[in-house]
Amino acid sequence: MAGIWIFPEQINGELKKVSFELLSVGRRLADKAGEELGALLLGSGVEMLASELAKYGADKVFLADSADLKDFLTEAYTSVICDAVGANEPSVILFSATTLGRDLAPRVAARLGTGLATDCTELDIDDTGRLTVKRPLFAGKLFANVAFDNGKPQIASVRPNVIPVQEDSKAGEVVRLEVRIDPSRVRTKLKEIKKETGARVDLTEAKFIVSGGRGMKGPENFSILENLAVTLGSEATVGASRSAVDAGWRPHSDQVGQTGKTVTPDLYIACGISGAIQHLAGMSSSKYIVAINKDPDAPIFKKADYGIVGDLFKIVPLITEELKKSGKK
Amino acid sequence: MNGGGEGVNSIVCMKQVPDTESIIRIDGEGTGIVEEGLTYVANPYDEYAVEEALRLREKFGEGKITVVTVGPQRAEEAMRYFFAMGADEGVLIRDDEPQKRDSLSVAQCLAEAIRDMEYDVIFCGKQAVDDDSGQVGAMLAELLDIPQATVVAKLEVADDKKSAVAHREIEGGEEVIEIQLPAVITAQKGLNEPRFTSLREIKRAMSKPIATREMRVPEAKTRVVSLERPPERPPGRILEGEDVDVVGELVDALRNEAKLID
Repeated sequence: MAGIWIFPEQINGELKKVSFELLSVGRRLADKAGEELGALLLGSGVEMLASELAKYGADKVFLADSADLKDFLTEAYTSVICDAVGANEPSVILFSATTLGRDLAPRVAARLGTGLATDCTELDIDDTGRLTVKRPLFAGKLFANVAFDNGKPQIASVRPNVIPVQEDSKAGEVVRLEVRIDPSRVRTKLKEIKKETGARVDLTEAKFIVSGGRGMKGPENFSILENLAVTLGSEATVGASRSAVDAGWRPHSDQVGQTGKTVTPDLYIACGISGAIQHLAGMSSSKYIVAINKDPDAPIFKKADYGIVGDLFKIVPLITEELKKSGKK
Repeated sequence: MNGGGEGVNSIVCMKQVPDTESIIRIDGEGTGIVEEGLTYVANPYDEYAVEEALRLREKFGEGKITVVTVGPQRAEEAMRYFFAMGADEGVLIRDDEPQKRDSLSVAQCLAEAIRDMEYDVIFCGKQAVDDDSGQVGAMLAELLDIPQATVVAKLEVADDKKSAVAHREIEGGEEVIEIQLPAVITAQKGLNEPRFTSLREIKRAMSKPIATREMRVPEAKTRVVSLERPPERPPGRILEGEDVDVVGELVDALRNEAKLID
């Protein structure tokens, strides 16, 4: 047996956007390799998601539905996934490079003794079913083309926000999996999930990012970036450079760059960010970059599609106003 | 293997990587990077790992902190830096061809070296800033058959050292889990503020022992076929004029050229 498998993620009974991205890339690989696309769905009371997985390309939905899988616990999920792999022998498994996928995929790969490539931005498969991927190194200063030499399944995680989603309706036949978890091998317990109050979309999933650096001069001034993000809509959020984070102006989870997050929004607006190399590495794959800085020699302008040399404290509020005036969203 | 006793024993996995300020060049073969001219440092996330081990020892009063790395001889320098911060001893698993390894083969080496050591917690950085794979911590936990908490921004170890509460950074918030020890904890920035150390401390640390181990590195399952630079961005445009006009021009460009907004 074979098959290309994807591991969809859901939250409160809804599939996350990355799951559709996985279906779309998985569908393409399955068609090229002449294999079936399977979605390996784990959770509690999640069967109703099968039809949606089918609508976006799943030939089969391997369903592990159990109260024991309600919370994501690495060891429980690893055990169920590895049992399913043992019984069905897929040739490829794709995860999303989310915090969940980054936690789970390496554990699964180590248990199966197989190779894993994380955070892939391009994936391809040849006639013999061998997977090749492209993935960033050094937060995007370089990209590596990686081949899988030995062992099946070949496992990869896919970076959110890079794969266009396409509908492609398939049968989505549900195959129920037996869930057997040895409780003594599950040595973590979920206590709580704390949502940031008023949290906007995560940086790695955002379509628009308004980011601030040392030029913001202080934490209180980030409100002008927040206002612009709000005006850009629910898919917009605020980021920061390392100097703004190290100064204590913003939480670390906002940091873009080599010791923070690598981001790929449609639009990245860099405000008062000079463009240190480790920052540029983390945001250079954005589709469009706007730079606002008073220093005309700031390296950020070399990466920008549109640059404005000037006072961000005047310009940013004007952009917000202009967008409001013209009725954006 | 659980340390037991009064104190707390930690293992810190470390990787020596090029400084984040580095310009990275591709070598002649096209599959590796030019090492010449690079400044190598301990992976920044591993600094949070060793700092957490030090703080844990301060809480329990005593215990041993062992730094383990897989890498060439030069990795010793980064290890000495951790000694200067307060770690006690090191194990260098000698590997002169680090660019040929994948995460699984590195985790297998670490597991073999660590398996017979005494520890309550194994600390790793959440990822190394060179290959950005972020796999080794979770793989190591699996190979040692212990639980893992990855991307940890806050850790509280129980007084009996049998469990800990870990706060993991997730999209748009944090997840709080209880984890049995021993376990692998991978450090996120923000877990702590690593202490500074002095040249004098680094010199003093020269006497701390490093055991060098030769090991047959298991075969990699994935292989870098080629490296490439990201595509050059097309040259941009500097918008000039009065603020109001420039902003109007920008919004117009975002709407009509880039078609990003309605």
